[in-house]
Amino acid sequence: MKTDNAEHIVDYRKLAAVWLALLALTTATVVVSRLELGAGKVWAALAIACLKSGLVIAFFMHMKYETRLFRIILFVALVTLAIFIGLTFFDVLYR
Amino acid sequence: MSHEEPKDEVGAKLGMWLFLFTELLLFGGLFILYAVYLARYPHEFATAGHELNVAFGAGNTVVLLTSSLFAAMAVTAIKRGERGRALALLGGTLGCAMIFLAIKYLEWSAKIGHGIYPGSPKLAAGPPGESVFFGLYYLTTGLHGIHVLIGGVLLSWIGARVKGGSIHAGDNVALENGTLYWHLVDLVWIFIFPLYYLIL
Repeated sequence: MKTDNAEHIVDYRKLAAVWLALLALTTATVVVSRLELGAGKVWAALAIACLKSGLVIAFFMHMKYETRLFRIILFVALVTLAIFIGLTFFDVLYR
Repeated sequence: MSHEEPKDEVGAKLGMWLFLFTELLLFGGLFILYAVYLARYPHEFATAGHELNVAFGAGNTVVLLTSSLFAAMAVTAIKRGERGRALALLGGTLGCAMIFLAIKYLEWSAKIGHGIYPGSPKLAAGPPGESVFFGLYYLTTGLHGIHVLIGGVLLSWIGARVKGGSIHAGDNVALENGTLYWHLVDLVWIFIFPLYYLIL
């Protein structure tokens, strides 16, 4: 028995394009980390890492083609992690 | 009984994603530890971080991204009924996994050869921030390495089932879930690479 919604097949060319974007972003993160940006390079490197993760999750992991429920639980998981990080630093920085 | 077992692919994938979230929180905890100690020992972390080899880290990033591409393409191949191509692509993913572990082996043995390992006399004599950095480095990359091994075993078993014909165009959620695990391994590395090798 199959589910009603037809499964989406991501074609090879799109996957290869995502891979090229990921390689370009990897190069970008190495270049940015060699610049003298101080604390800025931490945020730049993390922003690029988040962008890369977004590409992997959306296309390689098919999140873009799943039902809304998957995106909701992903959001809940990320918010949970963000709360952990936020509360930990609230403790550590103001101790 | 000869009736066909009902399949719930969405349910199977949902279960896999829920498991991946627990993995996310596991590695997330390690990244929080890293961030807290980076805030406490910025100078020691910078000194220790410069000991890591950016070439090894960058090489492994490219290897893992490529392995994920092969894994994602294998899913496309099986859904299109191209079984031979799916097997070849899974083989590519496994090849990348082995290259990754080989590079990791070279990297770790070079570090250990220099007397840098948890509890080593050299680290014990140095500032505490540096042994915290290397402790976290070995714990995080070690746990990640174990995930690479598990993912490799999982994908080999799935590959054998593709070859045997029990995973095919009409029923391939096991392959999809296996590749989801593999992509998680890639995702974790996407954060390990800048945090440990680049920003310090």
